[in-house]
Amino acid sequence: MAKVTYVEHDGTEHVVDVKSGLSVMEGAVKNNIPGIDADCGGACACATCHVYVDDAWLPKTGTKSAMEESMLDFAEGVTENSRLSCQIKVSDDLDGLRVTMPESQH
Amino acid sequence: MSDGAAKIVIVGAGHAGGTAAALLRQYGHTGPIAMVGDEPIPPYQRPPLSKAWLKGEADADSLALKPLEFYAENDIDFRPGVSAVSLNRGDKTVALSDGATLSYDFLILATGARAIALPIEGKDLDGILFLRTAAHAEALKAAVGPGKKLAVVGGGYIGLEVAASGRALGADVVVLEREERILARVACKALSDFFTGYHQKNGVAFELGCSVTAFEGKDGHVAGVKLADGRTIACDAVVVGVGAAPNDEIAKDAGLECARGVVVDLDARSVTDPSIFAIGDVAHRPMPIYDRMFRMESVPNALEQAKQAASAITGRPRPPGECPWQWSDQYDLKLQIAGYAFDVDEIIVRGDPSAAKFAVFHLKGDQVQSVEAINSPPEFMMGKTLILNRKPVNKAKLADPTVSMKDVAA
Repeated sequence: MAKVTYVEHDGTEHVVDVKSGLSVMEGAVKNNIPGIDADCGGACACATCHVYVDDAWLPKTGTKSAMEESMLDFAEGVTENSRLSCQIKVSDDLDGLRVTMPESQH
Repeated sequence: MSDGAAKIVIVGAGHAGGTAAALLRQYGHTGPIAMVGDEPIPPYQRPPLSKAWLKGEADADSLALKPLEFYAENDIDFRPGVSAVSLNRGDKTVALSDGATLSYDFLILATGARAIALPIEGKDLDGILFLRTAAHAEALKAAVGPGKKLAVVGGGYIGLEVAASGRALGADVVVLEREERILARVACKALSDFFTGYHQKNGVAFELGCSVTAFEGKDGHVAGVKLADGRTIACDAVVVGVGAAPNDEIAKDAGLECARGVVVDLDARSVTDPSIFAIGDVAHRPMPIYDRMFRMESVPNALEQAKQAASAITGRPRPPGECPWQWSDQYDLKLQIAGYAFDVDEIIVRGDPSAAKFAVFHLKGDQVQSVEAINSPPEFMMGKTLILNRKPVNKAKLADPTVSMKDVAA
């Protein structure tokens, strides 16, 4: 279990408990948090679950696969902190994780 | 128009219906929402049924769009195991299979589509399966395993995904296809040939151009598939994947205009009745980038139309126009498809099919109509943009994989 803070583009914060084993994307979708569309449900096929991971947490969220890297390369507003949240697995180590959503997922 | 207290009834609790319910609350609708679905469980992801779920890599919890508690916590009156039997547009009521009646200010039809059965001898034997619902997937999972013989009728995407998962589970798999090539209705020959080769390499057998005339049984269970040429293909189970038909009967009975599905406008609103919306597989909808109307069977379409209906009901601006897309996972292949290949006069293959990394672009003049990308996210992502923008494309650059997709689309 980890407490994850999802920050909408307008600054609205949502703090929820996410079960270990779920992805950061699933934690948002199952709690109906706006700003993460996740059209493909976690298949790394759509790049509509783009988030910015807070600097302090970036190393703990692991490395990007070639597929994720390639999808992100074509998403909008990508920075060094960009990840596809369906590719970040939640564990106890991520307790306190903070991610921010981009203005749009297109 | 927006009415925060409006009573909303959603008929159908699949990907479209479940998403519409959640979005209505997310968009601030405070009035009553009821959602009925004929399956016993809350809305779930169907795509993994033929892939991760079948292979045991996903469980029921992870398939659920939202946990069951979500609906009560968000004051959504979710009624599982119930279907709508009729619609009274005069009274604005829906009669349900359990005898109850729901009244609505806005009705969202999200009844989806159902698998088409083959009307042939032996069709009711045990072991003849479909793949549309979690219950179907459960039955299929129990039927495949090491040494089991699985016959897949229909070489479309569902059939091919089942074939790949069946192989992963150790079953012998044969795909029976009526046309001379697989994916004949949905993909070009280059892609058909590629998938045929890839599946053969993974041990799948194909019978092309064959007509299934009957299922043969033993003690009430299917034991073989009889072909028109007289042969019988022995099997322990059959999956029939020959397409789906929209569940639009209650809409038709109530006098709503239907074509192949309920005819709606850009807000997913019925063209006959402004208080009724139809979304997902059951809707026959306009697609401005192709200047035509058609029915789609895909998750992105269900989500997009859920957004359109929820936006219209809550008085939000209509979502921007989209490029339809879908995906399929087979073995280590990720296929991403953007657009539909309407009125195509030229096909450009970019990349190397023998390396399982290529994309097929379908063009009308110098406009991209659709792209099928195998393990090629840049081609898919930029293809989507090109299709949506209707911008002329430089074909020489497009055909040259050393030119980056960003330059092609620049």
